[in-house]
Order: sequence, then C-alpha cells, then structure tokens
Amino acid sequence: MAPLDVAKIRADFPIFDRTVRNDRRLVYLDSGATSQKPRQVLDAERNFYEHHNAAVHRGAHQLAEEATDAFEAARATIARFVGAQPDDIVFTKNATEALNLVSYSFLNATIKSARGKALPEGAERFVLAEGDEIVVTEMEHHANLVPWQELCDKTGAVLKWIGLTDDGRLDLSSIDFSERTRVVAFTHQSNLLGTVNDVQAVVAKAHAVNALVVLDACQSVPHMPVDVVELGVDFIAWSGHKMLGPLGIGCLWGKAELLAAMPPFITGGSMIETVHMESSTFAAPPKRFEAGVPMAAQAVGLAAAIDYLNDLGMDNVAEHEHRLTQLALDALSVISGVRIIGPTVAHERGSAVSFVVDGLHPHDVGQILDEHGVAVRVGHHCAWPVCRRYNVPATTRATFYVYNDEADVTALVDGIKAAQRFFGVGE
Amino acid sequence: MNLENMYQEIILDHYKHPHGKGLKDDFAAEVHHVNPTCGDEITLRITPNEDGTLTVSYDNQGCSISQASASILFDQLNNVTLEEGTQAVEHLIAMLQRTEEPNEDILGDGVALVGVAQYPARVKCALLSWMAWKDAAIQAIGKGE
Repeated sequence: MAPLDVAKIRADFPIFDRTVRNDRRLVYLDSGATSQKPRQVLDAERNFYEHHNAAVHRGAHQLAEEATDAFEAARATIARFVGAQPDDIVFTKNATEALNLVSYSFLNATIKSARGKALPEGAERFVLAEGDEIVVTEMEHHANLVPWQELCDKTGAVLKWIGLTDDGRLDLSSIDFSERTRVVAFTHQSNLLGTVNDVQAVVAKAHAVNALVVLDACQSVPHMPVDVVELGVDFIAWSGHKMLGPLGIGCLWGKAELLAAMPPFITGGSMIETVHMESSTFAAPPKRFEAGVPMAAQAVGLAAAIDYLNDLGMDNVAEHEHRLTQLALDALSVISGVRIIGPTVAHERGSAVSFVVDGLHPHDVGQILDEHGVAVRVGHHCAWPVCRRYNVPATTRATFYVYNDEADVTALVDGIKAAQRFFGVGE
Repeated sequence: MNLENMYQEIILDHYKHPHGKGLKDDFAAEVHHVNPTCGDEITLRITPNEDGTLTVSYDNQGCSISQASASILFDQLNNVTLEEGTQAVEHLIAMLQRTEEPNEDILGDGVALVGVAQYPARVKCALLSWMAWKDAAIQAIGKGE
C-alpha cells in the first residue's frame, strides 16, 4: 500500500489550472457524476486522431489497420482491468446503454420467441413469460431501474425489489427469490448512499434459483479493484467517464456463453454476418452488439485512463478514498444540523457522501458551496426512490477521487458552515 | 458577491415566510409540476371567479428560489385574469432570459428574482410555480367554457 501523491496527480489534470467563481481554487467533489481527465488520456485521444484516425474494422488501408489495432488493444487493456477476456467486453455509449442492451436482449428474445423466429442457441435464458420476476433494489440508479420497469411493462414480468435498512444497507432478509426469478439487477456501490453491497451474498442466492445477475458497477470499477470472475456475476456495466476516461464510452461485460445466446440490440452495419433483402444473420459477440462505426478514440482514451489507474494501483486508490471518506464522515457528523443519508461508517462504503442540512434545501447548499469553489451534486442523483425511502426531497452529495485531499474535505466543511451562516440556520 | 444578487433579503423573506401557502379545497383545475433534476414540486389549484379573475392556491416543497417565487406568485397572480397573469409569466421569463428589464408594476417583489438570471441552473426553480399557474389557469378557463 502506498499513499497517493495528490499534488503530483493534480498536476496531471489541466482543469485544476483554472479557478472557478470569484477566482477560487476548484474543489471538485462531483466525480460520482463524472471524473476529470488527466493529460495522459487527452493525449492518447489526440494521438489517435492525429496519427491513426480511421473507421475501425473497415477499409483496406494502413490507417484502418492501425485504428483497428488501437481499438482492439484498448479492449484488451480494459478487459484485463476487470479480469475478463477481450471478446467478452462490449463497448456502448455509456453504462445506461449497456444496461439497456441486457434488458432489450430479454425483450427481443421474448418477442422473437413468441413469433417463432430464429434465435441464437441458448436464447431461452432470455425469454420471459408473464409472471416471471425481475428483482432490483430500492437503491438503484434510474439506469438500473427504469429499463427493468419497461421490460416488465412490455413482457408481463413482475418487478420486485430488495428493500433497504434504516442505516442505508440492503435488507438481505427481505430477499425472496423464487424459481420465477429470472434476473437480479443491483448496484455494486450506491451512487447516492455510498453503500458497497455484498455482491457474492446476493449472487449465491440468485444463482441458487438460476437467475441471471446484472451488476451496475459504475461506482465500483473506478474506485476499487474489481474482478468479474471473483464477483461471480453474469453481467457488469460501467462507464468510462467516471474513471478518468472520455465521455461517450461505456462497457458491458457478460459471460461468453450468455453474450453468444443474446439477440442483438442496436442493429445495422458491423454487427452482421450476412445480409440479404429478406433477412440477415449476425456476427459473434462483441461485434454483434457494436453496430455502426465505433468510438475508437474514446476506447483508446479509456485504455489510457486504465493505464493511469494501474500506475496508481487500485488498492491504493481504494485506500485513499477510504481515508477521505472516513475524514468527511467524521467532519460532517459533528456539524450541528447535518445528517448523512447512507452508512455513517466507512466500512463497506465508498466515497459518495450524501447529506442534508436542516432548514436548507440541497440546491441552496450547493449554490453556496459553488460560491466557495466547491463543486458538488444536488438533487435526487437519478435515484429518486432512495430519497423517498429516507424521506428527503433531495440531498447534497460529495464524492472523492484520486485528485482530492484533506484540504478538499475542509473546504466542504467550511462551505456547509458558510451556507448555514448565510441562511441563518444551524448553530 | 454575486450570490447576494440572487439571495436578496426580500427573496429570503418570502422563502422563510411564504404567502398564501396551502391548498384550497375548492378548485376547477389542479396541476402538479416537478423539476426532475432536483425534485422540487408544486401542486397548484385554480378556481375561476364570476368576474373573470382566477383564485390560486398551492402547496410546494423545494429550494429557497422555488419557494420564494411561489410566494411572490401568490402576491401577484391571485385573483387576476388569465391575460394579466399570462403577461406576468411572459415578462418573468423574459427578465430571466435578460431580454426585458424588470418591471415592478408587473412583477412586484418578483423583480428581485432578476439575480437568478446569472445562474442558469436556477432559472427553472424560479419559473416552476409560474409555469404551473399558466398550465392550471388555461385548464380552468377551458373547463369553464
């Protein structure tokens, strides 16, 4: 374990050269929404465009070859990062699309099966019947809730969910899987509560009834070592932009035999095997799920982000965030009128720290923090049911990453106290 | 600081002591508007009167700007006609887009919302109740005809 050299890290991020509102130092505590990008990532993208730009998997020319090599090498780097095989990684535009890719596989398999159409071998695992159950949790981001609601609406499957305890954990005692449970979709780390879930415990129960497990890893892959084999899940989805990588690229990993059994989601060029006027056949994964000219520069940028994180060491990243989370939890819990929404201890918890301030709306807290150069997120964080569960209209959320340090925690605390003074609440 | 242009004393007064908050049982139209990015909500009811004016009542939750703005709306738009109210809504929008100078005759304390224009993310907060009023007013008039 080695502590991160935050000053050295910050020097790699051009955005920290600027100031915000009234020439304040930028205290960026919104990495849970999107992270900042180091020069190494920006340079990798620029280098691709300046020297190797071409449409991958097409063209007979040298540039097309180089672009394809760079794209596939990026896939291999990304796969290694989560302990996966390259062919089991599908690029999507973001994690939301990756989750939709899985939910639409169920829908498309169900529709085609009902019409007696040809499906890939093994696709029956994706065919739903009325009364089948899809289980999510009450702490899901809308991206891992709404697609499943829609799937249920279209197929007659029933949506169920695992409830939460008062201290912000999954209520594992409320798990009620049955032989009708076909999918269990849940988050590795809650983007609002910060809770890190016991994935293996849920997987064991889900697999005992032969349900497929879909893990939203948006808030885990950027922040801790993740190994898909160790987790034992069937699919994981995450986005590149929350882990120092570019916008516009997300990843889906799925077990090879499952990806092979899935009908395509978005269709068109690149994803086909043969095309006739009447019908078409489709390529093997991952290409089956990558229609159109893919985001090669973004893939190259994401691979550079992964190289950067690997240089830091994911154990060190996790330890660094754990320390800042502990500091923030301790500091916030002693401010009168501040209440943390989520686990109040750093154990099995990530760096998303949500809180409410008595007498102040989160929007107003965020506004005063912004005036102090502190960038946080306010609102329901695309997890509206979580807010309802804890009976708050919204929260203010700080998230910490590799470029944050103790001074950022102090700035957050000072900003909250300033907000209380400004509105005449608190002590 | 700029912030004090948005959080003027008059705005904070409306926020802490809102005017007219609470729903009337009697209404011709009710709307529920939300700001999906932050969860601010308002339920607003309109009752047309015989003289052509519209009585408004509301209940809401949200940030200081959305709460103060609803309180100001009650001051300005309770018992006005659809035309008068619509003119005020349009003027508020124009003021927040900085295409019109604040007119106190139309907006009353609402001119103090001008500071919100500097913070684009907050414009929706200021407009939430006024857009709800317009929606409900049109529905209420439609039902009366």
